[in-house]
Amino acid sequence: MGRRRSLGDLSYSLVIGGLATLALLIIVAPVVIVLMTSFTEGRSLKFPPTGFSLQWYEALFDASKSRQIHRAVSNSLEVAAWSTGFGILFGSMASLGLARNRHRLARAADGLFLSPLVLPGLTFGLAALMYFTLIGFRPSLNLIIAGHMIVTVPFIIRTTSASISQLDPALNDSSQSLGASWFYTLRRVTLPLIAPGIFAGAFLAFMASIDNVPVSLFLSTARTDMLPIRMWGMMESTLDPRIAAVSGVLIAAAFLLMLVMEWTVGLTRRMRD
Amino acid sequence: MTSERTTGVARPRRRLPLAEWQLALPLALAFASIFLAPLLMLVGVSFFNDDKITQPGFGQWAKFLGDPFSYKVIADTMLLGLKTVCATIVIGYPLALIYLDASPRLQKVLIFIIVMPLLLSVVVRTFAWIVVLGREGVVNTLLLQLGIISEPLRLLQTELGLVISLTQIEMPLMLLPLISVMSRLDPNLRDASAALGASRWRTLFKVIVPLSMPGLVAGCLLVFASSTTAFISQTVIGGVRLIYLPLLIWQQSLVVFNWPFAAVVSLTLLVSVLTVVSALSYLGRRSGGYVHG
Repeated sequence: MGRRRSLGDLSYSLVIGGLATLALLIIVAPVVIVLMTSFTEGRSLKFPPTGFSLQWYEALFDASKSRQIHRAVSNSLEVAAWSTGFGILFGSMASLGLARNRHRLARAADGLFLSPLVLPGLTFGLAALMYFTLIGFRPSLNLIIAGHMIVTVPFIIRTTSASISQLDPALNDSSQSLGASWFYTLRRVTLPLIAPGIFAGAFLAFMASIDNVPVSLFLSTARTDMLPIRMWGMMESTLDPRIAAVSGVLIAAAFLLMLVMEWTVGLTRRMRD
Repeated sequence: MTSERTTGVARPRRRLPLAEWQLALPLALAFASIFLAPLLMLVGVSFFNDDKITQPGFGQWAKFLGDPFSYKVIADTMLLGLKTVCATIVIGYPLALIYLDASPRLQKVLIFIIVMPLLLSVVVRTFAWIVVLGREGVVNTLLLQLGIISEPLRLLQTELGLVISLTQIEMPLMLLPLISVMSRLDPNLRDASAALGASRWRTLFKVIVPLSMPGLVAGCLLVFASSTTAFISQTVIGGVRLIYLPLLIWQQSLVVFNWPFAAVVSLTLLVSVLTVVSALSYLGRRSGGYVHG
């Protein structure tokens, strides 16, 4: 019996350990491989890369050769900044208004605000394109900002509502019974306590906007090109090796941002809970 | 809400000059005008026969639902989602188990590795798989050099290649809810199970899996919803020969400019995804009952 038990335990360790190693390999390897190929000396993207050079990064940062990419990057950053800004304002207001409200309508509104998370993005993207076109708007960055705000605000609402529900209601009551106004209590008590939640959500919303495909696919045009759509174009026609350099930059940016967010608001802890 | 309001009136203090829920009004207005209204219009547009949107009728629905090809595309899309879900469970669940047993320090490293791809553009993750699976990619180079194959395998533009890629691309969505639920489990449960003579396998299937069901179901929902609508990965890795609903929506709306038909297809995508998602969460709730029963 003891022997059988140890055999079973051995098979458990082997199978679970093996599959988990495979999972880690599949998660990490492609990222490392892309980083390596981005430094290739060759003209195509094969593996292992031949030699070491920064030629594709130089081509990427060259203002005249890569003007379209630069335009797409600045559009993406502009849209992400504005949509996150509006998301923080409207989203945290909505969370403050609804997080503690148990009324049926308040729960329904909360569900509505979170629904873009499960709704297929393409359906909303197409709907937004038809709506804006049929009521007579011309394609512009403003429309993309509006669309991105809708699909990214759930991230802000989720983390902010979680922070609010962890607040001790006594804090609010004591502040107000000491004579503080509603606004003073908000500014000096509530906001400082829920700020990390808002920031964590804003960060996720910003990244989701930068990464958004379904809304940008339908609302962007040649003039209002967005980074993921441009990168898609670079992969679809002939595989442009500069995309490896773009990927390298984005990997580095994600890595740095992740470290910063971990130190400041403990991002991973917030995502687990 | 009412009790809060009455106490607010009873005590003499300066409150917000309006009820708290009204803070949600700006967002509610935004959602009504740029979320609900477009979706309603989408439904409306789908009931027009011509692509100029002038003759109302059921023509496009009849055309889509009368064509056997449509059902094949719907089935392929749902199967792609289910295959991706299975693959992420088979390798993601063991990783979550390892995470559970790891030291706090290792846990920090693991969660970093798991979350980081989530912050990396889906397009970058898709591109990575082109480099891995391409003709001159990592897998082919390795197999050729080991002498296992004599000429490069076709991995891109196959469903297998697409499922492998989506497994990595969607993995964080499976792992985060799983880890979140599993790390709240009482560690004594496993010790108790072992002390009562259960093998580690038995403990896994009789104790850990049933208790982690809410996380597992949440992960399945997210992975399914995301992989069935992953337009870029589907078109770039699957190519144009593997046709899924998102590709059909894109072709019909931005290439052929038949908006009513595109509206029909995207509503079909919405309904099929939501159907599977609600079926999954129903099963999840039932299995939750089994644990307590």
